[in-house]
Order: sequence, then structure tokens, then C-alpha cells
Amino acid sequence: MHTMNDTNYAIEIHEAASALEAQMIFRDVNFYYGKFHALKAVSLEVYKRHVTAFIGPSGCGKSTLLRTMNRMYDLYPEQRATGELLFDGENILDRKVDVNVLRAKVGMVFQKPTPFPMSIYENIAFGVRLNERLSLGEMDERVEWALTKAALWNETKDKLKQSGMSLSGGQQQRLCIARGIAVKPEVLLLDEPTSALDPISTLSIEELISELKTDFTIAIVTHNMQQAARISDYTAYMYLGEMIEFGLTDQVFIKPKKKETEDYITGRFG
Amino acid sequence: MRLLHQRQLINKVALTLSMAAMAFGLFWLVWILVTTLQFGVAGLSLDLFTKMTPPPNSADGGLANAIAGSLLLVGLATALGAPIGVLAGVYLAEYGRDTWLGRCTRFINSILLSAPSIVIGLFVYAIYVEHMGNFSAFSGVIALALIVVPVVLATTENMLRLVPDSLREAAFALGAPKRIVIMKVALKASMAGVITGILLAVARIAGETAPLLFTALSNQFWSLDLNKPIANLPMTIFKFAMSPFKDWQELAWAGVFLITLGVLGLNITARILFRARHKL
Repeated sequence: MHTMNDTNYAIEIHEAASALEAQMIFRDVNFYYGKFHALKAVSLEVYKRHVTAFIGPSGCGKSTLLRTMNRMYDLYPEQRATGELLFDGENILDRKVDVNVLRAKVGMVFQKPTPFPMSIYENIAFGVRLNERLSLGEMDERVEWALTKAALWNETKDKLKQSGMSLSGGQQQRLCIARGIAVKPEVLLLDEPTSALDPISTLSIEELISELKTDFTIAIVTHNMQQAARISDYTAYMYLGEMIEFGLTDQVFIKPKKKETEDYITGRFG
Repeated sequence: MRLLHQRQLINKVALTLSMAAMAFGLFWLVWILVTTLQFGVAGLSLDLFTKMTPPPNSADGGLANAIAGSLLLVGLATALGAPIGVLAGVYLAEYGRDTWLGRCTRFINSILLSAPSIVIGLFVYAIYVEHMGNFSAFSGVIALALIVVPVVLATTENMLRLVPDSLREAAFALGAPKRIVIMKVALKASMAGVITGILLAVARIAGETAPLLFTALSNQFWSLDLNKPIANLPMTIFKFAMSPFKDWQELAWAGVFLITLGVLGLNITARILFRARHKL
């Protein structure tokens, strides 16, 4: 009995310790779309192998926050970020950072499914080829691994040569997730991944996210507060570019510290 | 209720007018096709493809040299002009979208696109033919390529712009460098449109006469020499149709029929190709 309790205790200690391990650290991050100040001195930590949800009304900066984590904003010359965003001890907002290497470690899935105009197999292999040189057999294994992880293998194993666009919306989104994890990133950014999907597809993606967090750090932007409550470990509430509240999901939803958070969550605002 | 009635009436009037306009356009088009068919079929025979253009008033002759010359001119002009057009279109859509150079190129291209083809013929005459001292197939190729470039450039740019940025972002998000995103994703997604543009450019130059007037000229005999004048369908049609000789006129109609058929075929292929890829 005693040893059993000790084991449980040890697991709890271990969990508490791993909960504190930060994957990404924001320190006073500001973001500008031209002159528009979209993120105002945001500081927070995204924890390793946990799901962090970002909620808040439209235009509050949650998608912007996600797009700083893989430097997506680099594609648009009028967008810029200042401050520090530490990933593996390195400030990734620094101009010297190789964004292609960064993006291989920080994957992203978008609101609308975006399968590439190629076969299901090639959709997955595309990203892998950019970063690794695999034999044909190894590539086959990797494709199967990624599709299995994304709970899409059984539906697609007999039609890997078919166009990725022939799949249904929910399957396409799982294909995009499979594509993202096939390159074995450390972080997976999900930008409202279920907002274009029906409830059944949404459910399967949510289950998928809960499984993926054993291997990946997940940051998800969602408009759906129930979804945030269901799947995330930590929740950040943002408003007008500011981080209003950040904490354990249960705490944020049950006992929010700030009045604004409570108003938003209870539906009195937003 | 009266308002609804009024609206329905206006709708009917507008619909009738647009139907009438369509019928008007279609009427001439069908007439052209019927005439071409009527006169063209008469001159159609195997000789057309095997025999050379004849001297006046000789019983047998064909268009073999003109057909071969046209295929050569159009083929080389496309091979020369299409890659330039595609590459420039990629620049405009992917790199120079809002740059000064991009805007300038786009503006100049739209001028080139609507430039009368005789101007292009004269231009090539001035810069090439005059210096070389003789009309040549190659100068014809240059003139036709100059017509291909703006058409292909404009369609390539437009087709690439139809590719949603979200698709590009998705490729960038995997760590793909820009050249891979363009080649493997953006161009691949717009491939049907780009090829359609090239086919339409081919259809356009297949019947161009004016640019060849000052460049490739024509040739009574078989020649594939790029440094000599070359026989081609449009010029042969022009010469034969204007002549008083009945057999020449007949051959001219046969040539018109061939070009019409070719252009029609290219347009239909382009449509089918475009639709097959874009029904997703």
C-alpha cells in the first residue's frame, strides 16, 4: 500500500515538474500590422507537452500571437514583432533565425483545410522531403505513422495515390494535421482548426489533439469556449491585444481572477 | 405587388435584350463557320498535305510546305515565348506583386497585349530583318513569340493570383523555401490555367498574318531553313485568296478551313483541360 501511494505521489511530482517545463517563453512581445499595434507587451509561457488554448473576441490578437511562434508574419513586409520569444533558449524573433528551420520545428494547421494539389501520400511526404533524406521504405513508414497519428490511416490506406482534395473537409483537416506532424515538430500551432468542420469531424479532431499532446506541445486558437474547456490544460484570455488572464484551464473557467475574463466566459460580453 | 410586377417586367426586358445581343454575335460566328466549311471542304484532299503550293493554273497542288512552315513557326515561337511569359508571370504574381518594377511590367505588358500585330511585325523588320538583309523564318518566330509573351504572362499571373495565399502559407509553415512553394505548390495548383493560357496563345498566333508580312514572308517551295523566307498558311491564304486563279482560291479556302479547325480544336482542348482541373 505504502509503495503504491509513493508511486502515485512520484507520478504527481513528475507531472507537476513537467508542467513547469516551458517550450516557448514570450517576454514583452509587441506586434504591429503597419501602424496598428496588435499585441501589447504580451508575456506568457507555453508548456511542453500540454495544450494551451487562446480565447478572446475576434481581433483580440490570438491568431497574431500564434503567427509569431513560427514567424509566419515574415511573409508580409509591413508586419513586425518586437520583444523576446524564446524557443529552445533562442530568441526566434531575431532576424538571424533561419525561419525554414524554425518552421520545421513549429508546425501549423490553419482554419480552412489546405491540402496541396497532389496525392495524399505526396501531401505528407512534401514536408518530410524538405528536411530529411529518407529511403522509399522509410518514407512509406513515415507516411503511415503520420496518418495513423492523425487517425486517418484506416480511411486512406487504400487510396494514398488519390488527390488530397478528394477527401471530405474533416479528413482534409486531419490530412493537414498529419502533414504537420510528419516532419516531427516540437510544437503544433492550431489556428481555429475546427471552425470550418461539422460536429462529428470536430469531435474526432478534438480527440486527436488530446492524444497528440503526449508527443507535441500544442497551442490552439479557438472561438469555441467549450472546446477550449474540453481540450486544453492552460487557457489564455486575450482582449484588444493584451493578455488579460493566463492560467490552468479549470481555474480560468471556474474561478477567473479577472472580471473581464468572467464576463467573456459567462457570455456577458463578446 | 405593383413593385414586384415592375421588377419582373424589367427583368424580362433586360433578358430579351441580352438574348438578342447573344443571337446577333452567334449569327455571324455560325455564318463564318458554315462558309468556311462549305468552301473549305471542297478543296480538302490528301494532296493538301502532300503536295507543294502550285504555280497558277496547274491542276494539282497542295499546302504541304505552308502547313509545315506554319507548324514550325508556331512551334518555335511558343517554345521561345511561353517560358519567358511563364517566368515573368511568376515574377509578377509571387515576387513583384506590389513593387514598382512589378507595376511597371504589368502596365507595359498590357500595352504589348493590345498592340496591333502589324506594329510588332514592323518592329521585328526594323531591328532584325533590315540588319540581316533578308526575310527569314527566324524573324517570323521572333515576331510571333512577341505576341505569345504578353498573353502567357497575363494568364500565368492571373492564374497564380487565383491560388489562395492560405495554400502558400501552409507550404511555408512546413519550412518550405519560397522557390519550392512556387514550383511545387502554387504553380502546380494553377497548372491547368497556365497551360490553357499557352494553348490560347498558340491559337492566337496560328492565324496571325500581319507580323509575318514583314518577317517570314512566304515561300513557294518547301523550306525549313530558318534563315530563308518560309511558307506559312496565313500568308499563303492572303496571296491565294487575292489571286484571280480559281485553283488558288480553292486552296486558300482549304487553308482557312484548316486554321479554323486547328484554332477551334485548341480552344476546346483548353476548355476541357481547364474545366477538368477546376471542378474540385
